[in-house]
Amino acid sequence: MTAKLSLRGVRKRFGEVEVCKGIDLDVDEGEMVCLIGASGSGKSTLLRCMNLLEPVDDGVILLDGQDISEPGLDPQPVRQKIGIVFQSYNLFPHMSAAENVMLAPRRVYGQSREELRPKLAEMFGRFGLGDRMDHYPDQLSGGQQQRVAIIRALAMAPQIMLFDEITSALDPELVGEVLDVLRDLRGQGMTMVLATHEMGFARELADKVCFLDAGRILEQGPPDALFNAPREDRTKAFLARVL
Amino acid sequence: MKLISTTAMALALLTSAAYADGHAACAAGKTLTDGTLTIATGNPAYYPWVMNDAPESGEGFEAAVAYAIADKMGFDADSVTWVRTSFDEAIQPGAKNFDFNMQQYSITPEREEMVDFSLPYYTSAMAVLTTQGVVDAGATATLDSLKGLKWGAVATTTGLPMLTNVIQPDSDPLLYNDNADVNAAIMAGQIDAALYDLPTALYLSAVIVENGALLGQFPAELSETPDQFGLLMEEGSALKECVDAAITALTDSGALAAIEAQWLAEATGVPVVQ
Amino acid sequence: MSTQDRPAASPAAGPTRREVYEAGVRRRANRIALASTIAVVLALVILIPLAPGWEDVKRAFFNGRVFAATFPGLVEAFVLNVMIFAWSAPLIALTGLGIALCRDTRSPALFPLRLFGVAYTDIFRGLPVVLVIYIIGFGVPGLGLPRPWNSPYIWGTLALVLVYSAYVAEVLRSGIDSIHQSQRAAAASLGLSERDTMRYVVLPQAIRNVVPANMNLFIALQKDVALLSFIGPVEIFRQAGVYKSLYANFTPYVGAALIFLALTIPATRYADYLMNKQNRERS
Repeated sequence: MTAKLSLRGVRKRFGEVEVCKGIDLDVDEGEMVCLIGASGSGKSTLLRCMNLLEPVDDGVILLDGQDISEPGLDPQPVRQKIGIVFQSYNLFPHMSAAENVMLAPRRVYGQSREELRPKLAEMFGRFGLGDRMDHYPDQLSGGQQQRVAIIRALAMAPQIMLFDEITSALDPELVGEVLDVLRDLRGQGMTMVLATHEMGFARELADKVCFLDAGRILEQGPPDALFNAPREDRTKAFLARVL
Repeated sequence: MKLISTTAMALALLTSAAYADGHAACAAGKTLTDGTLTIATGNPAYYPWVMNDAPESGEGFEAAVAYAIADKMGFDADSVTWVRTSFDEAIQPGAKNFDFNMQQYSITPEREEMVDFSLPYYTSAMAVLTTQGVVDAGATATLDSLKGLKWGAVATTTGLPMLTNVIQPDSDPLLYNDNADVNAAIMAGQIDAALYDLPTALYLSAVIVENGALLGQFPAELSETPDQFGLLMEEGSALKECVDAAITALTDSGALAAIEAQWLAEATGVPVVQ
Repeated sequence: MSTQDRPAASPAAGPTRREVYEAGVRRRANRIALASTIAVVLALVILIPLAPGWEDVKRAFFNGRVFAATFPGLVEAFVLNVMIFAWSAPLIALTGLGIALCRDTRSPALFPLRLFGVAYTDIFRGLPVVLVIYIIGFGVPGLGLPRPWNSPYIWGTLALVLVYSAYVAEVLRSGIDSIHQSQRAAAASLGLSERDTMRYVVLPQAIRNVVPANMNLFIALQKDVALLSFIGPVEIFRQAGVYKSLYANFTPYVGAALIFLALTIPATRYADYLMNKQNRERS
C-alpha cells in the first residue's frame, strides 16, 4: 500500500540557511504523525512545504503517489486537499466566525451560504462553539479562535490536516479544549500531521513520532519506542529537557 | 509714434511755463516722493492701453494720457516713474506704492466706498468678442441671439454685471483670471463669446484670438451705467483734486479726445447690438 | 475633609485618596489653562486694534456691509463646490483603488500595468494640482472635442481625479502592505486564488485601515475643488473674487473662508477621531 503523503529528500533553504536538509517521511491514510523538536528545527517549514505554502527546493512530495512538488504546478487544488492550521490562528478579523469558515467553500466550490450553514452549525456545535458563529475574532478567546480556524480548514473537506503548533500561543487553561478537537478528529480517522510541543498528547495519540533536529528527521517511530527508548543522544537530551 | 512723442514733448515745453506754477503747486508735497509722480499700471500692461508693455515710452492710450496728466500737474516726463501692481495690490489696505493707478479701472459706486477714483478719462463701449466660426454658425448682433451663446469673461472686470444684467445668457457664464485664459477657453470651444471693453476686444480679435471676430458693441451712450475708466487712488487721497483738475483741463481743451483718436481710432464700424 | 482622615476607604464609601489627589490636580490644571487662555485672547483683542493700520484692515477684510451683501451669493456658489466634490470623490476612490492594484500586481505578464502604476503615481504626485487643471482643462478640449464633451467640468474633474487618485493609490498601497503576510498565507492555504485573496481578505482590511488617512486627502480635495475656477466654473472662490473686484474689498474672501471652515473643521475633527480610535485599537 502506498502512503497517503510521502516526502523524499525534501530540501528547503531560506537564503544562506538550509532549514530542511533532505527529509524522508511517510504518512499513511488515517494516521496521526507528530513532529517534535526544538524551535528552529524545521517543523513549521516542513508543514508549510507539505501544502505548498513554501515551494521546496529539491526532493519530491507525493500525494496519493502524485508528485505535487513539481515546480510550476498550480498549488491551489493541492491546498484544497491539504488543510493547515497556524499557531497564530490567522482568522480574518473583518469577518464573523461563520463568514471566516464559509469564504473558501463559497469562492472555491461555489457553495451558497444557505447550503453551508446547517453543516457549519453542526461543526460549531460539535466543537462547543454553537453560540459563537456570528462573533468576530476579537470577541473570541484564543482557544475559541483556534477552534474556528480548525473548522475553517475542515470546511474545505481536506484529505489531510496539518497543525502547526496550534496550542503554543494559548493560555494553558485553553490548551485542553483545542486538543479535544484533535482527539475528536483522530477518532473520525482524519489523516493528520502535527508540529507540537505537547509531548503528553503526542505520546497518547500519535501513531508515529518524528524527532527533527537541525533540518533532519533524526529518529522516528511509535511513541512508546521514541519516548521510552530513544536511540540518539540528541533525542535523549531534547526529551530530558521537555519532559 | 514719433509724431506723438514729439508733440507731447513740444506741448510740455510750451505749457510747462504757463501751468507750472499753478499746477505744480497743487501736487506739491502730496506725492509719494517730492518732485516725482509715481504711476502704477498692470503687469503686463496690454495693447492698446500701453504699447509693448513699456509705459515709459508714452505710447499707447493710457501711457499717453498718463504723461498728459502728469504734465498738467507740473511733472515733466523725466519726473514720472512707473510701478506695476495687480488689482489686489491696488486695493489692499495699508500704504500704497503709487500716486495713482491706471489700468482700465471702471468707476463704480461700490468701489468708491473703498478707494478714490479720478474723473473718468475714458468711456468705453462694451463689445462681444467671438470667433468667425460662431458667427458662421448663425450668431447675430441681437440680444436674442446673444442669450443663446455660451459666455465667458475676465472675473475682475465690470463687464460681468453687464453680462448678467443686460444679456442675461441662458447658461451661467464661465469666468477666468485674465485675457489669456479667456482666449484659451475660446480656442478650446468651451465658450462662444466674451465681453470686453471695445478697445481690448478689438485688439484681441485682431491679434490674439485665432479667427477672432467682433460680433457687436454696446455703445456707452446707450447704457444707463456706462463703463467709465478712472485713475485709482488711495481713499482720501490729497492728490485727487489736482488730478481731477488736470483731467478736466485735458477734456475741455480737446487734448484727451485727440489722444483717444490717436490710439483708439479703430473703434468705429463695429455693429451695435440690437 | 473627612476623606483625608480615612486612610483606606473602601470603594463604595467615597473617593479614594488617589481620586481626591487627582481631582485636585485636574482642578488646578483647568484654572491655569483658563487663565492663560483669557490672557492670550485679551492680548489679541486689545493689541491688534492698537495697530496703526487696523481701521484700514477692518474696512478691507471685515466689512459688515460687504459681508452681508455677498455672503448669500457665496453660499449659493458653494453648492457648486459641493457638487464637484460629490462626483469627484467616488471617481477618485475607484481610480485610486485601480492604480493601487496595478502597483500590487505580481504576475510578469502584468508588468506593464505595474510600471504604469508607478509612473502614474510618480507623475501626478509630482505636479501642482493647478498645473494639471490648466493642461487638461484647456489642452484636451483644445484638441477639437465638440460640446458638451469639451466642458471644463469634465476635464477639470478629470484633472482632480488624476492628481488625487495618485495620492489615494499610495495610501491604499500602504494599507495593502500593512496587512500581515500571514493573512495571505491563511487565504492561500484554503485554496483561494490570489484575486479572491485580494478582494475578500486583504482589501477590506486595508481599506478600513486607511480610512482616516483618506479622510484627510478628501478634506484637501474639498479645498482644491476651488482650483477648478481657473478654467471657468464659478465656484465659491471665483465668486468671492468677483465680489472682491466689484466692491474693491477683500471681505468676500473672509466669507468664503468661513464657509470652507464650517465644512472642513467638523470633517478634520472626525478624521482625527477616527485616527485616534484606530490607534487605540491597535495598542
